[in-house]
Amino acid sequence: MKACAFEYERPRNVESALRLLSTENSKILAGGQSLGPMLNLRVVQPALLVDLRGIEELKSVKDEKDSVTLGACVTHAQIEDGRLPDPTRGFMREVAANIAYRAVRNRGTIGGSLAHADPAADWPSALSVLGATVLIAGPGGRHEIPIEKFLTGLFETALKTGDILVAIRVPKLSARARVGYWKFCRKAGEFAQAIGAALDDPERGVARAVIGATRGAPHILADAKALFAKPEKQALLHAVDGAGLAADAYNRQLHAVALRRAIEKLAA
Amino acid sequence: MGVGARLPRKEDRRFLRGEGEYVANIRIHGMLDVAFVRSPMAHAKIRGIRKFPGVFTSEDLKGVQPIRASSSLKGFKSSDQPVLAAGKVRQVGELVAMCVAATRAEAEDLADQVELDLEELPAVVDMIEARINPPALVHDEWGDNVFLESLVDDDLSELKRNAAVTVKRSIRTARQHMSPMEGRGVVCEWNRRLDQLVMYSAAQMPHLNRAGLAECLGIDQGSIRVIAPDVGGGFGYKGILLPEEVCLAWLCRKLGRPVRWIEDRREQLSANANCREHHYDITLYADAKGKILGIDCEATVDSGAYSSYPFSACLEGAQVSSILPGPYKMDRYRCRTWSMATNKAPILPYRGVARTGVCFALELMVDAAARELKIEPHEMRLANLVQPGEMPYTNITNKHFDSGDYPEAVRRAARMIDVEKIRKLQKEHPASVRKIGVGFAIFCEQAAHGTSVYHGWGIPMVPGHEQCAARLSPDGVLELRIGAHSHGQGMETTMAQVAHTVLGVDPENVRLVHGDTATTPYSTGTWGSRSMVMSGGAVAAACDVIAGRVKAIAAKLLEVSSQDLILSDGFAVVAGTDKKMSLAEVAHVWYRKPQLLPADVDPAGLEATAGYKAKVDTGTFSYACHATTVAVDTETGHVEILDYVIVEDGGTLVNPMIVDGQVFGGAAQGIGTALYEEMPFDEQGQPLATTLADYLLPSATEVPSIRIDHIETPSPHTRFGQKGIGEGGAIAPPAAIANAVNDALAPLGVEITESPLTPRRIVEAIMKARV
Ligand SMILES: Cc1cc2nc3c(=O)[nH]c(=O)nc-3n(C[C@H](O)[C@H](O)[C@H](O)COP(=O)(O)OP(=O)(O)OC[C@H]3O[C@@H](n4cnc5c(N)ncnc54)[C@H](O)[C@@H]3O)c2cc1C
Repeated sequence: MKACAFEYERPRNVESALRLLSTENSKILAGGQSLGPMLNLRVVQPALLVDLRGIEELKSVKDEKDSVTLGACVTHAQIEDGRLPDPTRGFMREVAANIAYRAVRNRGTIGGSLAHADPAADWPSALSVLGATVLIAGPGGRHEIPIEKFLTGLFETALKTGDILVAIRVPKLSARARVGYWKFCRKAGEFAQAIGAALDDPERGVARAVIGATRGAPHILADAKALFAKPEKQALLHAVDGAGLAADAYNRQLHAVALRRAIEKLAA
Repeated sequence: MGVGARLPRKEDRRFLRGEGEYVANIRIHGMLDVAFVRSPMAHAKIRGIRKFPGVFTSEDLKGVQPIRASSSLKGFKSSDQPVLAAGKVRQVGELVAMCVAATRAEAEDLADQVELDLEELPAVVDMIEARINPPALVHDEWGDNVFLESLVDDDLSELKRNAAVTVKRSIRTARQHMSPMEGRGVVCEWNRRLDQLVMYSAAQMPHLNRAGLAECLGIDQGSIRVIAPDVGGGFGYKGILLPEEVCLAWLCRKLGRPVRWIEDRREQLSANANCREHHYDITLYADAKGKILGIDCEATVDSGAYSSYPFSACLEGAQVSSILPGPYKMDRYRCRTWSMATNKAPILPYRGVARTGVCFALELMVDAAARELKIEPHEMRLANLVQPGEMPYTNITNKHFDSGDYPEAVRRAARMIDVEKIRKLQKEHPASVRKIGVGFAIFCEQAAHGTSVYHGWGIPMVPGHEQCAARLSPDGVLELRIGAHSHGQGMETTMAQVAHTVLGVDPENVRLVHGDTATTPYSTGTWGSRSMVMSGGAVAAACDVIAGRVKAIAAKLLEVSSQDLILSDGFAVVAGTDKKMSLAEVAHVWYRKPQLLPADVDPAGLEATAGYKAKVDTGTFSYACHATTVAVDTETGHVEILDYVIVEDGGTLVNPMIVDGQVFGGAAQGIGTALYEEMPFDEQGQPLATTLADYLLPSATEVPSIRIDHIETPSPHTRFGQKGIGEGGAIAPPAAIANAVNDALAPLGVEITESPLTPRRIVEAIMKARV
């Protein structure tokens, strides 16, 4: 399958990108690792592709006292290789390293992944457990929203037509913080069938868990202290049912196991 | 350097540098691209097609005959496969219209605009339902959906009364795909000077593509030249004449322009390279010591919508009944088979052909019986295998096993995998969610079987003698022309090794010419693990002829008798002396200084075509025992292969390194069959795994480091004792892995009899056993 004919632009700054995106049937291109297949299968047939990778701002990283802000076009590989400041002391590196295959990671971007909002992808769940904030530029100016408000459903986000996801701000973990992440994939490099994520950061008063690879946005358990203390089967299944995964017995079990194994990693 | 050497592959010089030349690399000036409109429905009446300039449908292809692959087996119902659908579509992905434009993308634009008016009919999706309760008829004129029914009958009444154990199972193998790295592809042009169609096709049997094309187009075979350039894997898929090939052949002549179609993965997955879907209702009878007394089986093969050329819709079904007893002895055997038509892509022969399913069914039964009798699975096998002292052995279905020590393969595999250690490990953590198990599977594989086996089927392809045309060139370089075609087997190297063994010529000075019907002798091609036996035999025969002629010339020039000459290291040497003459010098005299030739020289010179057929052509039987240790995560259903060993006997190994490569590659595919690969369909017959995101293939991380041990029992029937081994690797892994998983899950009372063993199937089986 080959894509339909489209125009291609590679603007140099966010403002010109926004202008280009105001034309009808335009579409953002980042790493192309999700969009490429969709173009080839003709699931999307844009008239104009606006490639964000020529915009320096979107590739930059800001290291501040309590957080690190990653430009949307930072690639999974850059994070994996540890060449950027990591607010999570290795956790994000590990997540990045287990996304797909290196060839995909070389091009795929953290912003593209979030904007695409595939529930089975890693960043939506990982950044949800970290409590990240999403920075958006749109025709009406810039604003930011917490990730749980950004991810709204299956391939759905708070982005409006013409919006650009500019950056992601990730809070720094405190010294005693622990993160656990466990996903089940049919084979290495495949999208996850179940994801469990857990963050225990008592200094910042955070005990958050995430059930990912659901049929919608990641399911966030804002206060998971009790579950962390006693990750028992019934409690886990209850949480999974809360994520709307009760219908299929296999899926239900898989998600409960993923969550438990993520929590077990907190102690490791 | 000759037969037996681990010579690095000559062809790898270009392959490893990315310099192979495949169909998609070919550019011809003025070439147009083709995209097809394919049926979106599994079964529908075509009421109308709205088309545009640049779009062709069946009514345009006047005079083009449908593809027909009949079988003379009694009761076989023939199916005509129109190259572009006419009247009705019978599978999703069936070709409906052909669109041509300057680029593939533009051709797809055209295809998007073609409007189909289809009246959907109920689809025949499940092969059992197709027979027992058919929702529709795939071919209306048949009256049912049965391509062919066969019966090997026997009286089992005594077993039913007296057998100590009776084990009954229903076993199913999923429909899956052949997934060569390179898909199919065709470039066609009409050569006006020769009034000849030149087709470049990713093909493993180019002479048969030519034969099939000639039948469909109604032109003589001489007016067609099929060239198969480098072929990036085939596995059987590239032995099939595709409707796409016929369409393009017609089109290039119609347009007077070269045209091309390069298959994409979606076409391959949803419309073309289907294989392997079997169902077995099987009963095994054994005595109390584990001796197999007999087998009773009703097997169904989902053959899909059409009988594909040249292997027909019944290759699988016919194979099932003749190979099901495997390498075992038994006195009673009954097997009924059905080859069913369904509204799915035709089932095509995939590496191992029916054997992978058969081995799965039989070997699961052996393990089920062993569990019931509480004997070690490998012991049960030892009690039933044909013994080396009994070779050659004719089994219950009249297969003539040529040689080998089957029990030794099992013994060695059991030692290598260390059954006792695993049994100890299993006792250590009985409550663990991670369960360990060990599994065995053994098979023997008929290969390079010829006329006597195939003629009875009356399919469009019966292999006869195989030829090689050899020429010693003026510079001493040996050219070998064969009609078989390498699609990954390393034949440029192995044929050179054969030539070295006979002629002493340096393999570096051997050029293999293959993959071109204009320059090579006719051959049914490379399939059925036959090339090393058949083409290897032909190469040796042609080199024998050349050797005699070289000696005659050298003898005259060296003034000795030709009996005193031996050919070694590129020279004709006078035995016991240092007098010698190089092959290049001999050739130089023949071509350039004929005045020096003996008066009675053979005028046929340094060129010879010679043929080969094994005196006993019922086939070589290579065999292997696979054993594996797995760990099953009982919470997620994930299966990890901890260890995998293969004890294999391919007779004399022409190039053991290449054999290992074939075994590794086959085993990787078998792991795919065992754990990952599956093409599900919905109730309307829509294929649901149409991209590689949904159709899972094993990759490097899923394939363990496999340990191979060789037994080398020469075949008494072949030139060097070599046996066909190309397919074996892919046969046993599903059985061995399933047996290992079932061994691991036995304490939970769980047994899985369906492949692939997906995490979902495993966990659901465990859940079911718990309630
Ligand atoms: C074989 C394969 C396996 C994969 N496996 C995994 C996996 O295991 N885990 C995983 O997490 N991911 C996986 N992916 C997806 C991969 O991580 C993608 O890179 C990612 O989902 C999308 O990022 P991208 O930069 O390629 O975005 P693109 O493909 O370029 O864009 C994706 C979508 O987001 C929009 N978009 C992109 N950037 C922005 C932006 N800054 N603002 C607004 N909209 C934007 C685009 O318009 C498009 O709709 C896999 C991909 C492949 C091909």
